[in-house]
Order: sequence, then structure tokens, then C-alpha cells
Amino acid sequence: MLVLFIWGHMLLESSILISKDAMYRVARFMDGYYVFGADYPFLITCAAGMILTIFIVHAALAMRKFPESYRSYRAFRDHMATFRHNDTSLWWLQVWTGFSLFFLGSVHMIAMMTRPGDIGPYESADRIVSEWMWPVYALLLIAVHLHAGVGIYRLAVKWGLEVGPDPAANLHRLKLARWIIIGFFLLLGFTSLGVYIAIGIEHRDHKGEHYVPSWEHGTIQINEPKQAAAAVPKTSQLAGGES
Amino acid sequence: MNDVAPRRLTLTVFRYDPRAPERTPRMQSYEVEEADGMTLYIALNEIRERLDPSLQFDFVCRAGVCGSCAMLINGRPGLACSTLTKALGPEITLAPLPAFELIADLSVDTGKWMRAMSERLETWIHAREGGIDFARIEERMEPAVAEAIYELDRCIECGCCVAACGTALMREDFVGAVGLNKIARFRLDPRDHRSGNDYFDLIGDDDGVFGCMSLLGCHDVCPKNLPLQTQIAFMRRLMAAEGLKPSLKQGDGK
Repeated sequence: MLVLFIWGHMLLESSILISKDAMYRVARFMDGYYVFGADYPFLITCAAGMILTIFIVHAALAMRKFPESYRSYRAFRDHMATFRHNDTSLWWLQVWTGFSLFFLGSVHMIAMMTRPGDIGPYESADRIVSEWMWPVYALLLIAVHLHAGVGIYRLAVKWGLEVGPDPAANLHRLKLARWIIIGFFLLLGFTSLGVYIAIGIEHRDHKGEHYVPSWEHGTIQINEPKQAAAAVPKTSQLAGGES
Repeated sequence: MNDVAPRRLTLTVFRYDPRAPERTPRMQSYEVEEADGMTLYIALNEIRERLDPSLQFDFVCRAGVCGSCAMLINGRPGLACSTLTKALGPEITLAPLPAFELIADLSVDTGKWMRAMSERLETWIHAREGGIDFARIEERMEPAVAEAIYELDRCIECGCCVAACGTALMREDFVGAVGLNKIARFRLDPRDHRSGNDYFDLIGDDDGVFGCMSLLGCHDVCPKNLPLQTQIAFMRRLMAAEGLKPSLKQGDGK
């Protein structure tokens, strides 16, 4: 469930690669605007709280598998060093990426819970650049996609997902799919982060101003910071409604 | 005739005898000349015959059937008798299998571990009635079922899967792929009348099938190429379904 959420999240946040307006629409959709006719940021708070809860339960269950003593820690480490076996080493990578997600993931989710209204092309870009969240997001991207990609692969192996009649070929396909999925989402994530950083740098002097979609001031905007739309506070755009 | 000069192999071997604790564990190197078709078992015998009669290692069948000569070959569990030296580099490191009680040097007591596992998982036919009657003719079995049982029964209990398992090395109560494979084998057997619930009691916890972290070490090193990953996944699905049943019933669940 968490992996599907992460992948869905990535696809939605990468809407910035299409245009600022596309990302704006996604943000407002997540606020419930297109369902209820008004923004309800607490929906984001609830969603982030739910994901944080699942995340904590997942972490608690996963910790059962951690080495329970220094002796078992040494046994695994020595085994991994001498065996030099890919899937065994990847489990250790999962332990460390999982451990780092305690901090990186929690920071992100708590930020989303406490500031649900600050999601949008300028709002997110300001958070990433002016509030210096880009190092956290860069590390979070690496940790979460390695963890999710290896995790979903392990889940498929654990429960015997068959993608072909031959078990050996099946395993080979799952291993290949694991790296393709990790590579795709890392590429998507870092490209999106790069665009947010570019927007954030461009918008640095207007930090705090909310994004106004092109249809509200009559210009079409396709990710060209030079042609950035005039920005006004979000409260006034909501008061004015869509044209 | 092969004109290429034979390679000189350096075998670095773990040496320690727990019965002589005054001698600390150490690695000792031996040089042997590689011969055509040489296996590690042959190389070790040559060392013992010509260089060091005190070197201890196990073997019985010399044909990959008994599993006695399992050891860590360059850190990877495998059988000495079925590992050709030409498949390895000139520097070879040999160590005893971890997880098992060390007898001396490369020799470990896999039997003690296997017996404990076997007793715990009750890896024998559990007939519901009739008791033991050696005169009784065995029930007929479908050839396909017999084949499937035989496939899993090819396990030689060499211990490679246990030594390759990160979980088994961290948690000594974990039954390992060998134990889970045994349960999969008896579950197939129509002569064994244990129910799904009975099997759940044996392996439906973190020391059993739910403790497996799917590291695939067992699957990748099994000298008999047993389908361990698919069997463990199958048993996991079965035990999960069994665990989710609202009321556990006694009797034949097959």
C-alpha cells in the first residue's frame, strides 16, 4: 500500500513537468476543490496522517526482522561480507534506507500535515529552495525509491508472484523490473526536483506568494520561469474564483 | 595433450580444533598443482595425503549425493566434491559452514542441527490410524504426486541453504529452507494425514515460514537446484490462508 502511494505521489508531483498549471490543478484536486467546490486543506492533513500511521506500523513490523543483538548483527554483517550475495546485501540496504526514512519521511509527512495549504507550483518550490528543503528531498528520493523498489521486489518474491511459467526466468524478470522501476522513479523524481528548484530560484524574491493559474490572468504558461505569471496572495484568487 | 602448464592453486583453509582450544583459529595456506577435472574434494585429499594429514574435512559419496563435504568456498556455501577447481581462481579460501557446530577445520556437525529440526517439525509420515504395520502393502499413489514428492525429496541436508541464510545466522531457532522444504514435501504426501492447522502449528510463525526474509541465499546456492523460493512462497501463502481461517479445525486439511 505504501509503495503504491509513493508511486502515485511521484506521478502526481511530477505534473510540474507538464506545466505549473497542471501541478496547480493536481494540488487543488487533492484539496478537494474539484469534488466539493472549495479547498479543504485538512484533507491533505488527514491523508498525510493516515500515511504516517501506516508508515509507523510498517516500520514497527519491519523492525521484528532487524538484528536483535550485537551478536546477530555481527553474524549478518560477517555473512554479508563473505557471501557477497546481491539479494542479501540489498536487505542491508533496505535496513539503512528504512532507518533513514524514519527521519526523512517523517519530516516530509509532518510538514504536509502541518502546512497542507502550502502545496502548489510556487508554494512547493519556495519550500524546496527558500526553506532549504532540497537536500532533504534529494536524500528522501534516493532512500524512498531504493527502499520501495527493493521492497516491492522482495514482496513479489516472498509471496511467489509469477510473471512466467519458468521459475528461473520469473526471478530474472522480477530482478530486472526492480531496477527499471527504481531507475524510472529516481529519474522522474530528480527531474521534477530540478524543475521545482529552478522555479524556486526564479521565485526566490517573491517567497510566500501563491501561484495564480494562467486562466485567471489570461496568459498561457508552459514551465518558462522567464514568463512567470504575476503572483497574488491565494486568498484573493479564491475570492475571485475561476474565470 | 594439454600444452598449457597446470595452474598452481593456493588453498587457504580455516584451521581450528575445539578439542585443542590452546590453538587459536587461523587460516593456513597450501599449494597444489591443478589436474584435469580436479574438484575441491580431490585437492583437499591431496593436501591431506601429501602436505598435512591433520587437516579435517568430511566426505562420503564424492558424487554430490551425501552432502557431507559442504563448506564455504570463497565465502559461498557449496559441495567440495562437485566444485571443479577450474571454475575458481588460483586463490581459493575454504571455511566451515556457519550455523553448525564445528567439529574441526572444515568439518561441521550438520546432523545435530538437522535432527533437531526434524524432531521439531516432525518430518515423518503421520498416519491417522492403523499404527505401524510393516506387512501392510503401501497405498497406491498417482505418479504425478510421487514425482512431485521426489522432486522435493532430493534434498540431501547438506546445510548449504542454512549457511547461506541471513535469517538462520541471526536467529538460531529459524527452521531454514531445508525445514520448510520438508514440510512442503510431507504436505504433498497423501499418506501424511496432518491438516493445514497442524502444519500451521509447526511453521506458522517467525521461526517458520513467516521468519523468511526472502534473501534467496538458499535458492541460489542449493547444490541440488531445488525450487526453494517457489516452495517457501507457496507455503507462506498456504500458512497465511490457514492463519486467517476464522476457526481452526482438526483433521485432514488436504
